[in-house]
Amino acid sequence: MQFTINGQVHEADVDIRTSLLDLAREHLGLTGSKKGCDHGQCGACTMIVNGRRINSCLTLAVMHQDDDIVTIEGLGGPDALNPLQRAFVTHDAFQCGYCTPGQICSATAMIEEARMGWPSHVSERLDGDVILDNDEISERMSGNICRCAAYPNIVDAIREVAEAGA
Amino acid sequence: MKTFDYARADSPEAAVAAADEETRFIAGGTNLLDLMKLQVMTPAKLVDISRLDLNRIEDMDEGGLRIGALVANSDLAADTRVRSRYAVLSRALLAGASGQLRNKASTGGNLLQRTRCYYFYDTASRCNKREPGSGCDAREGFNRIHAVLGTSEQCIATHPGDMPVAMRALDVVIVTLKKDGDRRRIPIADFYRLPGDTPQIETVLYPGELITHVELPPAPRGRQIYRKVRDRASYAFALVSVAGIASVEDGRIASAALAFGGLAHMPWRDPAVEAALIGQPPSTEAFNAAADALLTGARGFGHNDFKLPLARRTLIAVLRDLTGDAS
Amino acid sequence: MSAHVITMDAPVETSLLDTGAQGIIGKPLDRIDGPLKVAGKAIYAAEQDANTLHGVLVGARIGKGRVAAINEAATLATPGVIRVFTDFETFARNPQQGGEEEAPTQGVREIAYVGQPLALVVAENLEAAREGAEALVIAYEEEAGAFEREAHAAECETPPDASTPAHSSQGDLDRAMADAAVTIDVTYTTPSQSNAPMEPHATIARWDGDNLILHTANQMLASCRKQMADALGIEETNVRLIAPYVGGGFGSKLGIAPEAVAAALAARELGRPIKAVMSRPQVFEATVRRSDTRQRIRLAAGHDGRLTAIGHETLASNLDGEDFFEPAGIATHFLYAGENRSITHDLVRLNLTLSGSMRCPGEAVGMLALECAMDELAEALGMDPIALRKANEPERDPEQDIPFSSRNLIACMDRGAKEFGWDRRDPTPGGRREGEWLIGLGMAAAARSNLMQRSAARVTLRRDGAVIVETDMTDIGTGSYTILAQIAGEMLGAPIGRVQVSLGDTDLPPAAGSGGSWGANSAGSAVYAACEAIRAKLAGAMGASPGDLTLKDGEAIAGNRHVRIADLIDGDLTEEGAIRPGKTDEAFTQAAFGAHFAEVAVNAVTGETRVRRMLGVFAAGRILNEKTARSQCLGGMTFGLGAALTEELVHDIRNGKCVNHDLAEYHVPANADVPQQEVIFIEERDHAANPMLTKGIGELGISGAGAAIANAIHNACGVRVRDYPLTLDKLLPGLPPV
Repeated sequence: MQFTINGQVHEADVDIRTSLLDLAREHLGLTGSKKGCDHGQCGACTMIVNGRRINSCLTLAVMHQDDDIVTIEGLGGPDALNPLQRAFVTHDAFQCGYCTPGQICSATAMIEEARMGWPSHVSERLDGDVILDNDEISERMSGNICRCAAYPNIVDAIREVAEAGA
Repeated sequence: MKTFDYARADSPEAAVAAADEETRFIAGGTNLLDLMKLQVMTPAKLVDISRLDLNRIEDMDEGGLRIGALVANSDLAADTRVRSRYAVLSRALLAGASGQLRNKASTGGNLLQRTRCYYFYDTASRCNKREPGSGCDAREGFNRIHAVLGTSEQCIATHPGDMPVAMRALDVVIVTLKKDGDRRRIPIADFYRLPGDTPQIETVLYPGELITHVELPPAPRGRQIYRKVRDRASYAFALVSVAGIASVEDGRIASAALAFGGLAHMPWRDPAVEAALIGQPPSTEAFNAAADALLTGARGFGHNDFKLPLARRTLIAVLRDLTGDAS
Repeated sequence: MSAHVITMDAPVETSLLDTGAQGIIGKPLDRIDGPLKVAGKAIYAAEQDANTLHGVLVGARIGKGRVAAINEAATLATPGVIRVFTDFETFARNPQQGGEEEAPTQGVREIAYVGQPLALVVAENLEAAREGAEALVIAYEEEAGAFEREAHAAECETPPDASTPAHSSQGDLDRAMADAAVTIDVTYTTPSQSNAPMEPHATIARWDGDNLILHTANQMLASCRKQMADALGIEETNVRLIAPYVGGGFGSKLGIAPEAVAAALAARELGRPIKAVMSRPQVFEATVRRSDTRQRIRLAAGHDGRLTAIGHETLASNLDGEDFFEPAGIATHFLYAGENRSITHDLVRLNLTLSGSMRCPGEAVGMLALECAMDELAEALGMDPIALRKANEPERDPEQDIPFSSRNLIACMDRGAKEFGWDRRDPTPGGRREGEWLIGLGMAAAARSNLMQRSAARVTLRRDGAVIVETDMTDIGTGSYTILAQIAGEMLGAPIGRVQVSLGDTDLPPAAGSGGSWGANSAGSAVYAACEAIRAKLAGAMGASPGDLTLKDGEAIAGNRHVRIADLIDGDLTEEGAIRPGKTDEAFTQAAFGAHFAEVAVNAVTGETRVRRMLGVFAAGRILNEKTARSQCLGGMTFGLGAALTEELVHDIRNGKCVNHDLAEYHVPANADVPQQEVIFIEERDHAANPMLTKGIGELGISGAGAAIANAIHNACGVRVRDYPLTLDKLLPGLPPV
């Protein structure tokens, strides 16, 4: 099977049952995406596939051979952090760091969803522009559990980047 | 997970042709793979339908929308036509799951989402839905999330979805393709089954029958509300949810459609609830009468007894919002 | 190398951290490990080696009995499966508790709880190992188990004393209750909870001859190394544990867990590295839970609110053969004055997952009871809850009659009241409504015993002024990397970027590890000691006394001489430092204090609770890094929120099965549940605690946080629920009609 991850083409011969997450972690050395629950209940595995954030644990690798897959490794290395990664550091938006790559991938795509005008559960109106205030960010990021509970800092980090890019 | 044969279909016809009794179609996979990992479901074959051309939302001549079965929950919720004309559907979708899951979960798949009953999920427990005839560990067990309406001796599981509850209130039609090539148009009122003696059979679909579209009828009159009550502020299944559509004319309720989640084996709708409302002036008495109609025959199993008062209170609050003065 | 040892036999008058010139201690510096973590390049246990076999644990499916037979045929027939390992004698029945030096309870033929690991299925790939594990057929001889605390309450026993005595009393509680003007006698219950760190328990085991190398997720490496050696019957020196990054632990990774023992055994037999990662349900079932508790609180007071008696009886549960009890009354010993006191802990033996430490063992649930009972007393007295607490502020430890090392509870309450707008609270419940929402305010005190453990660290000052810190201390998200760099940088005159910190490897000097909020106190003091030794050498080289030496930006200054460090030393200067608890442990009651304030909205229709605002004010000695310390408090406060509102690990009382063993149904708070909490630190130094004058902070944020929320719920809607968590179903009966 052939996969395009972070713009690079990877070949792998894996069991048909292999999840996209296990493909990355166990076969391609891309361990930035984390396994917290393996059932779509924590968000630590979040990748961006064709521009959309998804739980990579709940999808088969074999179904993504023609897709454009982005993992945390594709967003920025330790010496070349992107603005959101930097904001996570300056706002201390993590502690143990295990949910963090998923949070950042999720937030990256979430900001795009808001730019497209997608409403959320807490949006007062279903039409009009989306302003990413604290409540909107919290709701939209609720698919990423952080047991260390850096939530207030995660919200601050994302809001700063969303506002800067608005 | 048990291993399986995998095939990617390039047309709906090819998909149903490739399917047999042991086949499951996979689109988003968010529920199917969850259950396959636990061996709650063990299909011998997966037919990948994710690349089929069923991901559009089209206007229909008479004013409704035809939703392709592969339209993702997030796309359906964000569609401007759905947002402006079927707010209850957008709201239900946005109240469900997480941003990540909504991006993957498909319209067709979400209709077929299976119960969250703890004992269904645990292969070491008895469950008539997972293993017909084995018994039900939920009735006497921990049943806080379980059904209070339409239950049977064999099963007290709930349907966990939000989108289907709104669709039930909207009276959608589910369009399918059968293995023999025939198409069916199934009103959602006829789509789901109560558990009865066969809780393993949840819908009227035949083996190998593929959902291709969901048709939304022209937008209903009146206000639309989806209200979901749950244990977390987000990312939790409904304890009770209400999808409500109602209009008031000349001080009386002219139309009403009310569907409920978290209460039954399927999105619940009872004509008696609406009958108790239509023609009445909006009032606490009328709302309580509707709740009485809803809860006739309802019974709790201990931990879920609270769903009865919760359903009543939530319904009344929704009806107030649906029929109150515009604010 | 002999270590420079500091023993805390007397209070430290002046800390070198107060006289340092570098100016980095206490500052809200970014985590030095941050860039790796946000780039996905911090490597956790299961990621350390890609070329391993995969092992999947198989757990018991009954709650009590024994294994009659294991049929491996279907498993071995699964393509890719290599072997089924069953070692009934050596497998760990359950994890070990923190700090123990012996193996956890071993032997798994007898089954003590559902999920008890019985076998490890090893395969070439993960998919095959999982399928093989599902296929393993185990026959059981089932026995009747004990799965419900109250059903077996009469059979309870008194456990041996631990961090707090099992039973203690002074005066005459019953008599004081009979004589008092106002009394409260209430019983609170708290459910089992799960630590639920985001990283599942995971080990890669590899043998190099007789040497075992474990990449594992542990909080306390030095003691885990001893546990592992004991479990396998090998020398400690043949075991090395490596854990540079740990994805949270919250107590569940204090001791070694069953997957580590099983992986080590299987790797030895197969001669290949084996990776064993628990599934999420296994983390719930086969690691650690916080015990459920039933707590009876009795308070007796005069009309002036002064307590004459405090009673705190706790009934907790644990497995047979395990001494740990949830020390719910631990802060009750010293939080409030009162002559007559009785604090007891008893234990029911249940066939459920091991009870052990979960973040802030004791106070986390004890304060849910005590601080709500205080709220009930305030209401009964018609007194403001803060005034009631002030009326009971003890001058000295009310039981031991010794001074507090530092105590700023009143300052925390006063500051919090002012910042939070406590004066706007309507003491009559149900008085404030906004549409469907009933709004209430609540507060509670926070207290957490301060602990320090023996620790060692090695510090090297290089000629170019760079500093290297080495210890087997872990950073489980606490900020160890960063604060140790700040301590060393401050003392040796190095900017933060010039300090390199190596952690999480038993080849390095042994530290206390991460637990009990002692990590910074202990490992930090060891680094302090090593730095002090280096400073002494440098002072000697300059012909100055250590007290006159200032180090800044790679320069040494004494008198009016400025010398580059490179000109003072010929090569790297390496010293080992160690800290030991001493007489100040006995001479003072040491604890950190704080005050929590919460504003909640309770939906009058549905009973759903939303926390709108939360403020924590804390006095925990010197704060080493304002940013990471604040994060620790945020995390604690959210643990408190979860305990109050959402978290309950449910076991089926018929068979002991963990019903909600996943993150969909065990409700850890999600982002939308948590408001933008605020944290304020009160300036404080604790001279008896350690040479840095710090106190532990990792758990203080939980203590009382949930009680403040529960008290706010009562203030909002007038409903007092004494059975946690306060889910909507429990509030519904008390809400106004719709």
